[in-house]
Amino acid sequence: MKRFIPLSALLLSLPALADQVQVAVAANFAAPMQKIAADFERDTGHKAVLAFGSTGKFYSQVKNGAPFEVLLAADDETPAKMEQEGLAVSGSRFTYAIGRLVLWSAQPGVVDAKGAVLKKGGFAHLALANPKLAPYGAAAMETMARLGVNDSLQSKFVQGENIAQTYQFVQSGNAELGFVALSQVYKDGKVTGGSAWIVPADLYSPIRQDAAVLANGKGKPAAEALMKYIKGDKAKATIKSFGYDL
Amino acid sequence: MTLTEADLSAIFLTLKLAGLTTVLLLLIGTPVAWWLARTRSPLKGPVGAVVALPLVLPPTVLGFYLLVLMGPQGMVGQFTQALGLGLLPFTFAGLVVASVLYSLPFVVQPVQNAFEAIGERPLEAAATLRAGPWDSFFSVILPLARPGFVTGAILGFAHTLGEFGVVLMIGGNIPDKTRVLSVTIYDHVEAMEYGQAHWLAAGMLVVSFLVLLAVNAFKPGGRQP
Repeated sequence: MKRFIPLSALLLSLPALADQVQVAVAANFAAPMQKIAADFERDTGHKAVLAFGSTGKFYSQVKNGAPFEVLLAADDETPAKMEQEGLAVSGSRFTYAIGRLVLWSAQPGVVDAKGAVLKKGGFAHLALANPKLAPYGAAAMETMARLGVNDSLQSKFVQGENIAQTYQFVQSGNAELGFVALSQVYKDGKVTGGSAWIVPADLYSPIRQDAAVLANGKGKPAAEALMKYIKGDKAKATIKSFGYDL
Repeated sequence: MTLTEADLSAIFLTLKLAGLTTVLLLLIGTPVAWWLARTRSPLKGPVGAVVALPLVLPPTVLGFYLLVLMGPQGMVGQFTQALGLGLLPFTFAGLVVASVLYSLPFVVQPVQNAFEAIGERPLEAAATLRAGPWDSFFSVILPLARPGFVTGAILGFAHTLGEFGVVLMIGGNIPDKTRVLSVTIYDHVEAMEYGQAHWLAAGMLVVSFLVLLAVNAFKPGGRQP
């Protein structure tokens, strides 16, 4: 009897088939995913173990046997490529968020509401993520090309290896302004500080962020439950509240 | 598969950074090492520990603090701006400052060890021959400490070649200014250009091995005394 009580308490606290899922999460999606993972655990009993990093690095790691079961990528190309190479379960891909680009400064009054500062100049450094590696960097280049300011600004570029580092350059004031992910400076429906121009979506190709179940997660209930959960209304509301489109 | 112009420029920039850093480290590190080797001050422990910090700190910690300190709100940043030098992050000069800090123990420690090994007696002998302090330093101490200087210079150079985390944090990846070899390799790997990454990475491996081989050849008390 003494043994029975703790055991039953344990069984009651964990719904049937409670399981863990190892998730590789794109760095720009870290904050919303932490909230989603907490809700997911509370609602389903499954635990999502998160690792944050760049999509390119996750690709190399998974290719070399990393134990991730679900990937939330920063683009749609890598999951597609992984599916082709048999690293991801075919048919499991879907777009979980569409990233928005913002031109942001930590100082109020630097960036105007229409982004005219890009043509006016008057700053020494403009930060962006490495366009070769990060979708937000490619989107920034596309935006500047559309505005015709690419050549005049080129000498002012400083590149972060990923969008988190780019944000750090701008946040510390070393770059007066920079292109970052809206999700980094957005909370509860508004930009949290400094000055910002939310780049209109027609100036760059949509930053589709796709999720996929990886080969390791095939047929695992927790992996499937997480994918279903991210498609649900509660997770969608969280994703939108961090400044992503859907 | 051959190296692109951007790769060659990164190699040249890296050699320039490592060379300049090594020269500065010998100039700055020698008095520091001399003081550490001779002093009986209670500050010896704390100063020695500060010099050795880059051995244990993750480079990202150093890089992060340098970014904040050298930024517009940081103490160093406000100082350099007041001098009319502007801000150091995203410049080659900024990388040199960071590299000097980052590689400091690799030069100071071997030189300090060499100074300590010399002891008091050669200096006393020089003094009895009426050599002044500068004279005896240049004609007695420096020749005797030569293996320490060679080891320190090689290690400082090699350590700066391999610098990555600090450059990543304060460099901004600007071609010909701050895009050094380690960052270029990282970019190639991240972009899945494994062919180019292999060329540069293997080159770096060979150079590093040769450098360490050279250090061993100069080690006092080794097989070649």
